[in-house]
Amino acid sequence: MRLPLVAPLLLCAGIAAAGEIAPADRRSDSVLMRPELRAMQDDDSANPGMLAVLDGEALWNAGDKPCASCHPGGMRGVAARYPAIDAALGRPVDLEMRINLCRTRHQNAAPFPYESKELLALSAYVAHQSKGLPIAVADDAATHPFIAEGRALFTRRQGQLNLSCAQCHDDNWGKSLAGATVPQGQPTGYPIYRLEWQGMGSLQRRLRACLAGMRAEPYPYGAPEYAALELFLAFRARGLAMETPAVRP
Amino acid sequence: MTARVLINVPKTAKRGEIIDIKTLIAHPMETGYRTGPNGTILPRDIITLFTCAYNGVEVFRAELSPAVAANPFIAFSTVATESGTLEFRWRGDNGFAASATAAIAVE
Repeated sequence: MRLPLVAPLLLCAGIAAAGEIAPADRRSDSVLMRPELRAMQDDDSANPGMLAVLDGEALWNAGDKPCASCHPGGMRGVAARYPAIDAALGRPVDLEMRINLCRTRHQNAAPFPYESKELLALSAYVAHQSKGLPIAVADDAATHPFIAEGRALFTRRQGQLNLSCAQCHDDNWGKSLAGATVPQGQPTGYPIYRLEWQGMGSLQRRLRACLAGMRAEPYPYGAPEYAALELFLAFRARGLAMETPAVRP
Repeated sequence: MTARVLINVPKTAKRGEIIDIKTLIAHPMETGYRTGPNGTILPRDIITLFTCAYNGVEVFRAELSPAVAANPFIAFSTVATESGTLEFRWRGDNGFAASATAAIAVE
């Protein structure tokens, strides 16, 4: 009866730490997708995420004090710099948090619930304007503590499976997990249209799905841990081109 | 608010040329087999019929089933015969109806 002991040992050896992905090896997760899905993402008339972008454009220009009244020049490049530090809060906020802060501070409106159609449409519309631009979050004294916090969350083992994000997405990307290819986890195309969801979802929703998959308890929506993780992921993906709205399997 | 629609039709074509037409419509395509958060069955809400008429003549028709994914993407081809309009219509459960038109110039 030695076999049951040997198997876990082999598994441990298989997921030994390999460290962070070298800059030359960083790539969008869309290159790991099958060609049909990539074609769907790259064709604006086939990409269902474009429906959300169009909804977002309508919302951007709607209401008594529309977003467009403060931001007439559009938002090209903005999403590539998010998450960014909010001066008043003193901590990073992601694009969805920023849109809701804008609503409460400047538009005198109630924040949209997380994963609501409106919030996803607005963030898709804003992020789509940065399509093709390299991700370039701030790399300075203000963001460094939060990048470090995000890295600690990324590399910390958690959940009943006792896994860290890094064990899959740094050490074993490109390999197969059941029928799926393990991606690098580069946040290039959020919010994404995910076929499994049959709809749009934010990076927070994606992170929650990963946490639940590790059988860890997901943080509540809007938790500072997400902003730190998202900031670290964006820092990790710096230089990769934005591709919102991405299509994922 | 009517459903959001994306249509891709070539603006111009040569007479007799085969043209590709792509349509995408926002729709949940709820199958009627899934349960909601409280355990009750979510009622079926799907698009059941899609048609395309070219200058009033039906050139394509599709009957959709609960197995079709959300936001149905339907692509097909037809022969460019004359200049005019392509009219697209979607019909479905709960009185769902949407339509869109696209102009095409045939040389």
